[in-house]
Amino acid sequence: MEPGEIHALLGENGAGKSTLMNVLYGLYQPDEGEILVDGKPLQPRGPADAIAAGIGMVHQHFMLVPVLTVAENVMLGAEQVRGGIVGFLDRRRARREVAEVSARYNLQVDPDATIEDLPVGIQQRVEIVKALTRDVDLLILDEPTAVLTPQETEELLTVMRELKAAGRSIVFITHKLGEVKAIADRVTVIRRGRTVGTATPEASRDELAALMVGRTVRLTVDKQPATPGEPVLELSGLVVDDDRQVRAVDGVDLSVRAGEVLGIAGVQGNGQTELVEAVMGLRPLLAGSVQLGGERIDDWSTKEVLRAGVGYVPEDRSVDGLVKELSIAENLVLDLYDRPPFGRGLALRPEAIKKSAQERIAQFDVRTPSAEAAVGTLSGGNQQKVIVARELSRPLKLLIAAQPTRGVDVGSIEFIHSRVIHERDAGTAVLLVSSELDEVIGLADRIAVMYRGRIIGIVGPDTPREEIGLLMAGITPDPADAGANGATAGTDGGAPSPSGPGSEDEA
Amino acid sequence: MSTMAVDDVAVAPVNEGFWTRARKTGLVLTALGLLAVLLFTTLAASEPARFTLSEDASGAALKINGTVGAALFGVVALAAGVAILAGLPKRWFTLVLGVGLVGFVVSFLCWQVSTAPAGQNFMPLVNIVRGTFILALPLIFGALAGVLCERSGVVNVAIEGQLLMGAFSGALFGSLSGNLWVGLVAAAVGGTFISLLLAVFAIRYLVDQVVMGIVLNLLAVGITGFLYERLMQPDPAKYNSAPHFSNWEIPLLSEIPVLGPALFAGNIFLYLGLLLVLVIHIGLFRTRWGLRTRSVGEHPTAADTLGVRVLRLRYRNVLLAGAVAGIGGASYTLALFSFTKNMIGGKGFIALAALIFGRWSPTGALLAALFFGFADQLATYLSAINSAIPSQFLAMLPYLATILAVAGLVGRVRAPAADGKPYIKG
Repeated sequence: MEPGEIHALLGENGAGKSTLMNVLYGLYQPDEGEILVDGKPLQPRGPADAIAAGIGMVHQHFMLVPVLTVAENVMLGAEQVRGGIVGFLDRRRARREVAEVSARYNLQVDPDATIEDLPVGIQQRVEIVKALTRDVDLLILDEPTAVLTPQETEELLTVMRELKAAGRSIVFITHKLGEVKAIADRVTVIRRGRTVGTATPEASRDELAALMVGRTVRLTVDKQPATPGEPVLELSGLVVDDDRQVRAVDGVDLSVRAGEVLGIAGVQGNGQTELVEAVMGLRPLLAGSVQLGGERIDDWSTKEVLRAGVGYVPEDRSVDGLVKELSIAENLVLDLYDRPPFGRGLALRPEAIKKSAQERIAQFDVRTPSAEAAVGTLSGGNQQKVIVARELSRPLKLLIAAQPTRGVDVGSIEFIHSRVIHERDAGTAVLLVSSELDEVIGLADRIAVMYRGRIIGIVGPDTPREEIGLLMAGITPDPADAGANGATAGTDGGAPSPSGPGSEDEA
Repeated sequence: MSTMAVDDVAVAPVNEGFWTRARKTGLVLTALGLLAVLLFTTLAASEPARFTLSEDASGAALKINGTVGAALFGVVALAAGVAILAGLPKRWFTLVLGVGLVGFVVSFLCWQVSTAPAGQNFMPLVNIVRGTFILALPLIFGALAGVLCERSGVVNVAIEGQLLMGAFSGALFGSLSGNLWVGLVAAAVGGTFISLLLAVFAIRYLVDQVVMGIVLNLLAVGITGFLYERLMQPDPAKYNSAPHFSNWEIPLLSEIPVLGPALFAGNIFLYLGLLLVLVIHIGLFRTRWGLRTRSVGEHPTAADTLGVRVLRLRYRNVLLAGAVAGIGGASYTLALFSFTKNMIGGKGFIALAALIFGRWSPTGALLAALFFGFADQLATYLSAINSAIPSQFLAMLPYLATILAVAGLVGRVRAPAADGKPYIKG
């Protein structure tokens, strides 16, 4: 790494990017090898050593204490204190420090705000401020754009450029090629724990992608135009609360027709999760109705909904969707275990379960030593394939796929996408929820943008990314349009640049 | 399940919730107020009820006719209940609720005192306040031990055991040495011993913290019971006759009416307990140690990535908690009684309730402990004046108050996010 350089670390999920950086930051200990900082070997035993050596890190999952204020979070671990051994906190100084750093790098944050009240983009700013107050020369950003809107991403890139101008070096971990090309000075590609190549950002996207997965991949989804039929899923006036009894879905009307993919785009936490859970019978409806093929299913249990021909890929496979301790074969029949051919009376029929598991493992390209292996031992991509295999093995009227490729490697993404399209072409209605805009644009035939519990626009897949991005931030193109207010979006960066960082159009 | 016709798409009523938590509380208070106005007033005797400002019947007193008092304060409770029910602004809620509850209690007392036999129809306020604090003391120490532990993310169900072990070792070493201060230190060490076991098993070996806490309580009962039978019972003069701290009167402050003799003429444990509340409160919210403790209890990974040593901090806090609870146990054996088997008798669990009722804050824990202490003291007083209420019900009073307080008044409170979750690096 050179001073003032932005070095992108590119690789599939599970390639070892984050592990490498955690070693550098002292969270993991290396088994072998050494780290050189300014020519001197560094063996960080903990983050404190790394910080002392001038290394700061912004983690993928923010390392902020939600109930504390910005200033408290920033000073934690390096508190300014008075009163000797008692160590009274010097809050005034902490506040001033936050204000100084904010002003110098143009990172506006309120030092007295409580973290849990701040939007994700601002929280990330706090993380950066936190690292900068520790006077780091090298800042590691671990997948910083995963949770941001396109506008917030653009702001982040601006901040990164400013840091670079101030002589700070940045390691930028990502798997989004567009961002790499937009900002990196140098690119290192990692695959299965090894460096497989370095490149300049001028390299073409296909070249970089090929380096990442070790073979050529298709970045776009091949699909024919949809031939939509009758409406399958119809939502009207849906109102749902989240776990904290806060309104999450606030009057959604939506209809998904047979043979089309309806994509729901939006920054996470705008009600997508609750919407899907309400349809699946996992969350009570406060108002409105859900109809499947013309029949009301509001008061159906989840089991009844599944039996009616709904496939469900839940958004977080580590919480829903899989029982990690159970085998692949067992996970594959979680929905059908009580019916022939897998169950009879009170007994399971292991031979039938095993046989079908082997077929599906082959069919869905799940890479595993055996069908008896615990699902938890598989990589993220293969776990996801197990879920997809299970859900697509029933005749479906409707497929609900929430974040179907989150934390999944490029190869598996390609595979899962092609299965979704295949299902659509077989006449299934598909409701796709994803916070990856590229995914929604690539797969969907119609895109509904969700913002603060409402659908604030339904657009075609050819709509420019910038326009969808603005919708995601709550800004409708027509200012007279009620229901959305532009004031809430923090786009102080001015108009979005004509070529968004992750724009896919050049591929 | 009823299947609605498809065209019957009447939108289900949105449960906006007229019955908010505040309204439900208001309803309960209204019911209590009605109870006071109707029942207490009818049952009260039209005799004067005296609340003396001293320890006995003598001296100045607040006097009110029993029937009038019961009715008057019952109306106060009723009015407060109705006001809350009618949808009071939120900032007034706590105050009005407090006034209403006090009204209910005073109405109840007017009834009880006025119907007491002649010669007993007075309530000595000094005794009541002092008794409240004395009974609350072990709860204060216990709840503070809980604050120290749980704010750093370790659940402390072993408060009972820590109190008991403190009481025992205070008595034992106090007797053996004949020295109060040796006893006090030994009590702290005894409590620390239990919390050391908790720390090692919970932090290092990742044993479930609640289960571990319960086991430790049983262990403490076992060890102290065994040693009590083997040592203290056969030779109480040698092993179970620790000296007691005498009361220290603080000049000037002890002259304040009612509060003075009750609060500023107590023993060292009273002063220490109140001081610790203050110290831990300031420590928790104004010092580096406190910031780190809170962050470790909320999000240990975040603290770790900033160089805070999570496990070391948790060890330190858990051990400190043991010492605090140990001293709390000694407030029995080095000031009031000699040691008896299982003498804490569940106070550790009430302290746990006080911790939750007080929302994991030292000052909150103090108030909660005083609330329980008052319920306890009231029960004692009422049985002393031969109340018409059966003694079994009076004995239930503190526990009833605990259940009502934790279930009803507290509602959903937020524990430290990482409370009870072991921290595993990486």
